[in-house]
Amino acid sequence: MIRHLPWLLTGLVGAVSLGVVAVSRGETVNALWIVVAAVCCFLVAYRYYALFIARHVMKLDPTRPTPAIRRADGLDYVATDRTVLFGHHFAAIAGAGPLVGPVLAAQMGYLPGTLWIIGGVVLAGAVQDFMVLFISMRRDGRSLGELIRMEMGQMAGTIALFGAFMIMVIILAVLALIVVKALAESPWGMFTVAATVPLAMVMGAYTRWIRPGRIGEVSILGLVGLLAAIVYGQAVAQSPVWGPLFTFTPVQLCWILIGYGAVASVLPVWLLLAPRDYLSTFLKIGAIAALAVGIVIMAPPLRMPALTAFANGGGPVFSGGLFPFLFITIACGAVSGFHALIASGTTPKLIASETDAPLIGYGAMLMEAFVAIMALVGAAILDPGIYFTMNSPAALIGNDAASAAHAVSAMGFAISPETIAQTARDVGEHTIISRAGGAPTLAVAMAEIFSHVVGGPAMKAFWYHFAILFEALFILTAVDAGTRAGRFMLQDLMALAVPRLNESKSQIPGFVATALCVAAWGFFLHQGVTDPLGGVNTLWPVFGISNQMLAAIALMLATAVLFRMKRDRYAWVTLLPTAWLLVCTLSAGWLKLFSADPAVGFLAHGAKFSAALAKGEVLPPAKSLEQMERIVFNDRVDAALVAVFLAVVVSLMVFTLRTCIASRRSAVPTVNELPPHPVAA
Amino acid sequence: MSLIATLRRMARLMVGVPDYDDYVRHMAAHHPERPVMDRKAFFRDRQEARYGGKNGGRCC
Repeated sequence: MIRHLPWLLTGLVGAVSLGVVAVSRGETVNALWIVVAAVCCFLVAYRYYALFIARHVMKLDPTRPTPAIRRADGLDYVATDRTVLFGHHFAAIAGAGPLVGPVLAAQMGYLPGTLWIIGGVVLAGAVQDFMVLFISMRRDGRSLGELIRMEMGQMAGTIALFGAFMIMVIILAVLALIVVKALAESPWGMFTVAATVPLAMVMGAYTRWIRPGRIGEVSILGLVGLLAAIVYGQAVAQSPVWGPLFTFTPVQLCWILIGYGAVASVLPVWLLLAPRDYLSTFLKIGAIAALAVGIVIMAPPLRMPALTAFANGGGPVFSGGLFPFLFITIACGAVSGFHALIASGTTPKLIASETDAPLIGYGAMLMEAFVAIMALVGAAILDPGIYFTMNSPAALIGNDAASAAHAVSAMGFAISPETIAQTARDVGEHTIISRAGGAPTLAVAMAEIFSHVVGGPAMKAFWYHFAILFEALFILTAVDAGTRAGRFMLQDLMALAVPRLNESKSQIPGFVATALCVAAWGFFLHQGVTDPLGGVNTLWPVFGISNQMLAAIALMLATAVLFRMKRDRYAWVTLLPTAWLLVCTLSAGWLKLFSADPAVGFLAHGAKFSAALAKGEVLPPAKSLEQMERIVFNDRVDAALVAVFLAVVVSLMVFTLRTCIASRRSAVPTVNELPPHPVAA
Repeated sequence: MSLIATLRRMARLMVGVPDYDDYVRHMAAHHPERPVMDRKAFFRDRQEARYGGKNGGRCC
């Protein structure tokens, strides 16, 4: 009993902190309450729930050889120290998602987001990562598509593979859109990000020829280069010659990114992708750690209300009410389907013992949820007036400080034009109005926190551009790596249709697949950039729906596996989050398709605009009949996309049900695990 | 393993490079007849495996 005492205490502290966060109204709450509540809840969940799943649901067996033992080759399959592997896995799952979603969700106040991140990760997100890792670990580290094929049949596997490809496309488009939003009309930001390309190439040459394999050395070299780029970026931005050369409109940036994606994904990996990955990975880990330290030192008060009026819908950042849209807006951080691809990627091939799986699978996801909590805190410590100025579409609040201040004050968050202009000056930007996408908002928050700790107000502009660079850098790495991964997914799918393709040694299928992949995400990026509503408003919900659907698919696989193992009585562990995700995504998808409110439903929005078009009218925010046609077309494409996602998830639901019923009828386990002990060869 | 060594290994594995000495030990123990890559070849092999192949997926 004594050994439970410290945990009981941790739980109590967590419960009290959560209580303070939840019931305070009117008085200001310190951000540390949220941080403490989250950390305590995560520790207790790890100690009890993760171990419960490990011991009773999975029955992890330390004597059972993992893929790293069974197929040891010193390269892909290596038994790795669990602390080292934790770092590897965390770096692979943590990206821009947990930083963006919570910032957008802050429009409803900090409370709904906090509760969903904490509850979601403990009961759904971490369970999903852990279960997929477990399933893959017992099957030689196979990938999600193969696992679904093994346990639920060929057809189910192909549908899942197709769904995963579509999700990849949407993720790439949304990530690229965030970069566009952050770098448009910002010569300082654009210069520093552009400087990373030649910088990475120099680093690539260094690791290729001068000192091969010296990752540490070359990363330090790169970091010095990056800091120099940020420092000189200010002078470049202010120069009458250079400033305009690095100032781009969103549409120009969109084409630059599409061109970049196409070229970068066919360059040799050592030249650009690998060195930039070093920089972005280490910078990401460093910035996350610094943010945690900064929040603890500064202990800022939360200025956003716990709940805003937008919890009922009608918010400017994304449309729709708390249910179901909060639960798809915060995807990564609470539960992210994309992790199923990572947890069935390199990690299961590196795990040394089955009993390391809770730390890696469950623990790393808790860590990501902590990152999401910090992002939420970042958004909530800003003046709400600034938050809504930055995150509302220009169609609602206009483009100048006076109109924005007027519109945002009318929302109930009083702000003066002077404050808006001053904030922009502080961070060294021309304007901060309508910079949706999460990254710029978080950068302003990080500039507040970092400048409080190091450098004071004079350093704000530096820290702002540091934060923008850090986010843009790893998003660009993801665009590059994602285009390559998407290309292989597409080639696999094409090979299923035309088996001859896989045998040909020609480069052409590769180029065709790359071009198709870039064209696919480029289409949605262009749509988002030219969307008069700002793009994030439209695309982020589609991304959220798709990501949560992949999570539902992964959890359905886990449920099917538990049934096939004859562990039905523990199936609630995965059924509970599956049911919740299905309810959220199916209702969100349904609303996005069929809601009569044009702000929410794609079809209603399209119908409204096409009716006006038939009468020759131009409805704002469109400015011409051509824009009207584009809006109608985009609405229909988005509706079709959501319909495809719904079809994918519903069909996999049927496959899961079939698998579960079949295994109920069988008296013995039918699962396709490898035997616990290798047969002597 | 000392803290510094753990962090070093962690940082290298984060970008897809496992421990070279582990690889050499594995080859010596299990495949003494096969040629062993030197550090440079090992590094290039791992770089290609991480980025060139199907493991390019990083999270959102």
